[in-house]
Amino acid sequence: MSSAIPDPLTADSGSGHTRWVRISHWIVATSVLTLALTGFVILMAHPRLYWGAVGNDLTPALFELPISRNHKHGGWERSVAFFPDAGSPVTASRTYDIFNENSWGRSLHFLAAWFLVATGAFYVLAGIFSGHVRRDLLPRGPELTLQRLRQDLTRHARFKIQPTKGGPPYGVLQKCTYFGVVFLALPLMALTGMTMSPAITAAYPFLLTVFGGSQSARTIHFGLFVALILFLIVHVFMVMMSGFKRQLRAMTLGR
Amino acid sequence: METKKVLTTRRALIAGLASTGGLMLAGCSKELPPTYGNVLRMGDLLTYKAHRLLLPAHTLAKEYDRHDISSMPAIGTTNPADSQQPFFNADLGAAYERLRVGDFAEWRLSIEGRVARPGTYTLTELKRFASRTQITKHTCEEGWSSIAEWTGVPLRTVLDAAGILPQARFVNFYAFDDIADGIDMFDALHPQTILAYGMNGRNLPVSHGAPVRLRVETQLGYKSVKYLHRIVVKDEFDDMGKNGLLQNGWSWYAGI
Repeated sequence: MSSAIPDPLTADSGSGHTRWVRISHWIVATSVLTLALTGFVILMAHPRLYWGAVGNDLTPALFELPISRNHKHGGWERSVAFFPDAGSPVTASRTYDIFNENSWGRSLHFLAAWFLVATGAFYVLAGIFSGHVRRDLLPRGPELTLQRLRQDLTRHARFKIQPTKGGPPYGVLQKCTYFGVVFLALPLMALTGMTMSPAITAAYPFLLTVFGGSQSARTIHFGLFVALILFLIVHVFMVMMSGFKRQLRAMTLGR
Repeated sequence: METKKVLTTRRALIAGLASTGGLMLAGCSKELPPTYGNVLRMGDLLTYKAHRLLLPAHTLAKEYDRHDISSMPAIGTTNPADSQQPFFNADLGAAYERLRVGDFAEWRLSIEGRVARPGTYTLTELKRFASRTQITKHTCEEGWSSIAEWTGVPLRTVLDAAGILPQARFVNFYAFDDIADGIDMFDALHPQTILAYGMNGRNLPVSHGAPVRLRVETQLGYKSVKYLHRIVVKDEFDDMGKNGLLQNGWSWYAGI
């Protein structure tokens, strides 16, 4: 059984990347970086996150981020209650000139999202039909043992990273991570993003139910952003540890 | 094998170029928002076309219960008569102040353009139409949202009364804070697109667009133009120059 699953422990393993994988990788990488940057700019316009259907400056936040001059700006006129009863929702006029670069920020975010969705869909379909997903990304039964996982984790924790020529076969942790990014994090990112869209949620209101409201979706969207940034840091670090030049070459030229 | 691949790549390239060309061409025609050759506007156009192609027509935005009504900030123009505000226009501001002092009894909404019966409506006349009340979510492009109850007359009712001509494709709105913006017939005829004169059971407050604002529940908050005074029905797309949001770098379509 162990011969069926190659162990990438051996130095200089790696069969390189096929052309469609390389092209998809760099389009996705560019899109994700653009999405991360513009997403941060969009968040700077309203650096407060909430849980549930709604949330705004006049309702309590789940947490606030000190990432722009809009953080706790306090530029509000006296609030006026909508209803006579105590605890009534209120309105107040904003007097503060907020930081807002969403005009280009949002449009660039969605443009990059189109590239990600199109390339992502192509990658997943090509990956399924070529066997790349099953062969290289799906952690298979025998390697998914607690012992193997612990072994691989210890190896990473001790920075025992072998140089590689790039490409599969991948280690079990590596497979789990790539699989999680491709089939969990990025699809959830797209779905929570769409749950913030008034046109899409009017057509598919179940999205609001699934994520517990558009503000919850926005907070999950932010959580996934943090997770993907952590992935990006670890991913680039691992590439550097296992032979930066050769890895970069493998992902660009093939071998 | 190699020849086959090259052919496929070339075909894909041709198809890609042709569709990009199609998008750009469409951007130049008057039936769609212009792109001005700006790649961001091309992306906006792709989103708009994709939504119109893929999303089912006239599904209703979620409506909430009275106890879901939340606090709601008033942003952008909160009083068109205040010279300190960013979109202030002296003439319009003065006119607005006169109307406000008179409780908007003299206010008129003019309906012009490609309609069989252009004319004006007073607030009383608008309230005479069958009203619609909806508790909906306002989604601001900044990232926040709120829920309020809106009462008004469906835009469709008013457009039907004015008699939209068959070629008409866009409905444009002009406001007392000198903002102008438009929507397509798809959103204009949506049952939840209303000319709202009531908010949370009272008259619409000045900070939220008194006496009448638009509510487009399938798009972001900035499409729900406040302080309306004029509606113009058009056959062709009109970016409304410097008063329109498009030339200020904002997407005209804001369904996302």
